[in-house]
Amino acid sequence: MKRLFLAVLFFAVLIALWEWAFRAKIWSPVLLPAPQQVAEYLKTTVTDGTLVQATVITMRRLLIGYVIGLIGGLPLGLLTARWKVFHDTVGTLALGLQTLPSVCWVPLALLWFGQTEAAMLFVVVMGTLWSVVIATDTGVRHVPPIYKRAALTMGSKRLHIWLKVILPAALPFIVSGMKQGWAFAWRSLMAAEIFVTILTGFGLGQLLHYGRELSAMDQVIGIMLVIVVIGLLADKILFSPVERFLHRRWGTNP
Amino acid sequence: MRFGHKTGSVTEELALVSPSKLAIDKVSKSFRSRAGTVLALDRVSLNVAEAEFLCIVGASGCGKSTLLNIIAGLEKPDSGTVLADGKPVTAPGRERLVMFQEPALFPWLDVLGNVLFPLKLKPNLTKKDRRDVAKYYLELVELTRFERANIHELSGGMKQRVALARALAPNPRVLLMDEPFAALDALTREQLYGDLQRIWKSRRKTIVFVTHNVREAVCLGDRVLLFSPHPGRVQEEFVIELPRPRDLNSVELATYASRITHALKSGAQFEAATAT
Repeated sequence: MKRLFLAVLFFAVLIALWEWAFRAKIWSPVLLPAPQQVAEYLKTTVTDGTLVQATVITMRRLLIGYVIGLIGGLPLGLLTARWKVFHDTVGTLALGLQTLPSVCWVPLALLWFGQTEAAMLFVVVMGTLWSVVIATDTGVRHVPPIYKRAALTMGSKRLHIWLKVILPAALPFIVSGMKQGWAFAWRSLMAAEIFVTILTGFGLGQLLHYGRELSAMDQVIGIMLVIVVIGLLADKILFSPVERFLHRRWGTNP
Repeated sequence: MRFGHKTGSVTEELALVSPSKLAIDKVSKSFRSRAGTVLALDRVSLNVAEAEFLCIVGASGCGKSTLLNIIAGLEKPDSGTVLADGKPVTAPGRERLVMFQEPALFPWLDVLGNVLFPLKLKPNLTKKDRRDVAKYYLELVELTRFERANIHELSGGMKQRVALARALAPNPRVLLMDEPFAALDALTREQLYGDLQRIWKSRRKTIVFVTHNVREAVCLGDRVLLFSPHPGRVQEEFVIELPRPRDLNSVELATYASRITHALKSGAQFEAATAT
């Protein structure tokens, strides 16, 4: 309760400072709108559906791309951990591509796929995939060999060992890789949406882009706030519960 | 219940199985290292009777753990055979469960989950049967209160007791123990000697117990085999004729232990003399 109160107080003070800066006219109101103007913008766009629709479009792109990245990344990571051939080939490729900032995929995606949903999806998948491959690979390599030996003597066989021993044992690594993949995917999608105008749907990035074009600072700040809140919520709803479970089970410090 | 014939299976599952007879015949195993080929086991032959508690003692690197792994089926010998009840051992299996020096418990499962793990691999058991069986063994190692605990919350001794319950759960014929108490403090260890003797008596298993602790071997074993290193061989055999339960601090036990320690040391001196 006290923590919640402090957090609320902190953000109230931030907004108060903002309001003060606006009233003191330090910057032109075109560059720094009042908190109220931003709130107005958010209210209007929520009511007329623009914002909700943009959020839905963005989240759909993100989730579909992310899930594809996971479905591809997990087995690839298992392959690279299991066989040297895959480690030397796919593993090296993954390591190289993971160091590539995912924004760098945008020009290529545009040339390959044009102004389409596929370009968006491609960028998100590339943001997710390599992180997941590398995390899975590292996780599996860190599984103490004794787990496998113990499972073998209990009558566990190949597939059972992979599913019931190696995969859960590697879970802490895999989850942190999934989290990193999520962060990369989210950043690259925003970059892609700002760069690419797609007629099949306006996402949050596109709203942000048009906010700049129209010099509508209330829109720019409003959309940025929405993006921050989505990031926070994803962390709290998707990853925090899993991480809490892992910390409790493994006895690691949160 | 629809599967009427399964109602009796918990009793069936908990019924004593006949312990195995092991025959190890001229088993050799060598490892290649940078220093060259090391002969870990040199034509080792030994027999373990049904429900016998056999202890193997030797300095580190004498091949005793290798032999245990071969009996378990985790490693293959270069030559020689291992027979369990007349059948050759070719792969690991739940007839011969292993307890390692590390508890090797799975941290993603709680205590009950760990004991359930081998039971889930046994066919023809309902969910309820498995839970009943697991709970029976947790009671046997006196950890019923901790069935929902996470592994990292347990002490070292408790972890090994969970590992023991997990090894006993699928009702194996043989228990192979590789220095399971080496990492524990003396008091906990002594308590576990008591537990292990009590459980061995009530569950009737053939046990092969590897250790470098001579007093531990004398306290637990019907028979103690002394292994000599480089190459690993059976150097000497001691039959321990002491009544059970044995007191680790008794004079009789100490007498046996000093005899074996003496033999162990003379073996080491012999080795040093031949090496120079």
